[in-house]
Amino acid sequence: MSGNNGFISIQNVDKYFGSFQAINDVSMTVGHGEFFSLLGASGCGKTTLLRMLAGFENPSSGEIYIDGQPMSDVPPHMRPVNMVFQNYAIFPHLNVRDNIAYGLRKQKLPKARRDDMVDEMLELIKLPHYGNRKANQLSGGQRQRIALARALILRPKVLLLDEPLGALDKQLREQMQLELRALQRTVGITFVFVTHDQEEALTLSDRIAVMSRGEVLQLDTPGGLYERPQGREVASFIGTMNFFDGQVRGQTAEAISVEAAGLGVLSIPETKGRFVEGESVQIALRPEKLELMDAAPTDGSESTKGVLQNAAYLGERSHYYVKVDGHETPIAVSAQNRFDGSFAVEEGKPVWLTWRDEAAVVLR
Amino acid sequence: MSVESYIRKPNRPLQLYAAIFLITLYLPVLFLPLFSFNDSLYVRFPLESFTVRWYVELFARDAVWNALWNSVRVGVAVALVSTTMGIFAAKAITRYRMPGKGPVVTFIMLPLVVPLIIFGVALLVLMSQLGVPLSLYTVAIGHMIVCLPFSIAVLIPRFEGFDASIEEASADLGENAWWTFWRVTLPMVGPGVLASLMLTFTVSFDEFILAFFLSGTQPTLPMYIWGQLRFPQEFPSVLALSSIIIVVSFVIVFLGQWINRGAISASTSGDAS
Repeated sequence: MSGNNGFISIQNVDKYFGSFQAINDVSMTVGHGEFFSLLGASGCGKTTLLRMLAGFENPSSGEIYIDGQPMSDVPPHMRPVNMVFQNYAIFPHLNVRDNIAYGLRKQKLPKARRDDMVDEMLELIKLPHYGNRKANQLSGGQRQRIALARALILRPKVLLLDEPLGALDKQLREQMQLELRALQRTVGITFVFVTHDQEEALTLSDRIAVMSRGEVLQLDTPGGLYERPQGREVASFIGTMNFFDGQVRGQTAEAISVEAAGLGVLSIPETKGRFVEGESVQIALRPEKLELMDAAPTDGSESTKGVLQNAAYLGERSHYYVKVDGHETPIAVSAQNRFDGSFAVEEGKPVWLTWRDEAAVVLR
Repeated sequence: MSVESYIRKPNRPLQLYAAIFLITLYLPVLFLPLFSFNDSLYVRFPLESFTVRWYVELFARDAVWNALWNSVRVGVAVALVSTTMGIFAAKAITRYRMPGKGPVVTFIMLPLVVPLIIFGVALLVLMSQLGVPLSLYTVAIGHMIVCLPFSIAVLIPRFEGFDASIEEASADLGENAWWTFWRVTLPMVGPGVLASLMLTFTVSFDEFILAFFLSGTQPTLPMYIWGQLRFPQEFPSVLALSSIIIVVSFVIVFLGQWINRGAISASTSGDAS
């Protein structure tokens, strides 16, 4: 009765709340020791899926296996998983030590052994002298660490994290991201992480499942999602993306030739999909894959001429918006602001855009 | 923050209104202790000299102590049972989705607004139909019906005051429903439970109408006072007894509210960070 070969295996899971379908036929596997993220806008079903792993909701159909064991008849308190809640759910009537030791009651350890384990955890989360504080004497970042320690002390097979960094300010969030990643490597436990923040998911994860309307749109590595999105929705959800209407002109074994509005004919490496000539497709090209120039390139590479509409200065980089004939929305171009001075911004100034065809992605 | 801010600006007419309101509410009550220290059988001005003899007389009477003991026994039993039931009801009302919850809650809260005399008559008819002899037990049953809504009303805000994810966290950390209740839910609603115990005890202790219909040969304290009213010479003692009851009731109710309020502000201030 083993569920596939993954450490966590979700098989054909549906979930209805009344007539609303929160999860629509989701199947996926998560490997042992993997940092796995569920990414999507609110209401996409990611939290429902996480709560089904924890046992707070049960699938309407389908089955979830953890370490080979089917989970549908296992209540939350019997599952080999622990969760870090979105609001941390620290027990307000207990101090930090008692919060961390909460789950150890059933193990009936001698007091000295239990104290050692709690000390070890306080050390791990870098709060060694906070044991006797009350929950309401802690900052958001500290509560988050307590919630982590309280779950990790039980050595779960899987740690579930429900937007644990959402309540923290930007600086603390970035610090906690690094710590979380380091911690996951140290303890070697499988993490399933729910977030709506695509940057966070890209930074932390080994693999990411992008979800929308209860379905998994794409399951891939961060690089795979960013560089090779498999649909317009994923492409626009992760980062910024320029889209161009295109028509297939021909396809060989290695590449596909597409005429894109505003860009001309591109030859894009594409080995998976089969396209017919004349088929309408979309070309997606990231802002940072485009380069802005004052004059037409002399080396003969592909370029298109446009008019600079406006620019946004973002510190380390600037975003430029270029209007090109044959393409309605301005094309976004992102460029580093180098030491030798930024690109002189003059609205209405003629500019040239260049790119490498390999950077473009064909979307159906 | 300043006292001068728009919403906190002192408003003289409203302050005057508040003062008049409180005086009208409590002035009649204040006459009880006033005349209980008056050295005269008659309740009238001008006051005679100060005395504590009505109180001394009171303490010498076995019947008073007997009635007090009856009321305390009923009050404690009613407080324990109705608060226990109130805890489960409040948890169910705040935590579970169930069909027809609204009407059920209204139904439970109904004794707060239905005249007690109707409950008294109804229960009296029921008891006699069932052949149950009237006693302190029947009084306690009547009081439980009245006290349950008070208990629920005190406890619901406590349950709503803490996030259900705290109970989920306990389950997630390996505790079943029973242990979660003991280790998390009960401590979290603890102050509310204490407040409910005090409030329901006071309601039962002061209740007269149901006791009047449902008591047997054993009177509760309000019943005893009612009985004494027939004898004019006993009236100052009744005033003394009533004064004591008022003071004790006030103390218990305020204590309960204070415990509950303090706990709520402590638990919410923790979420601010």
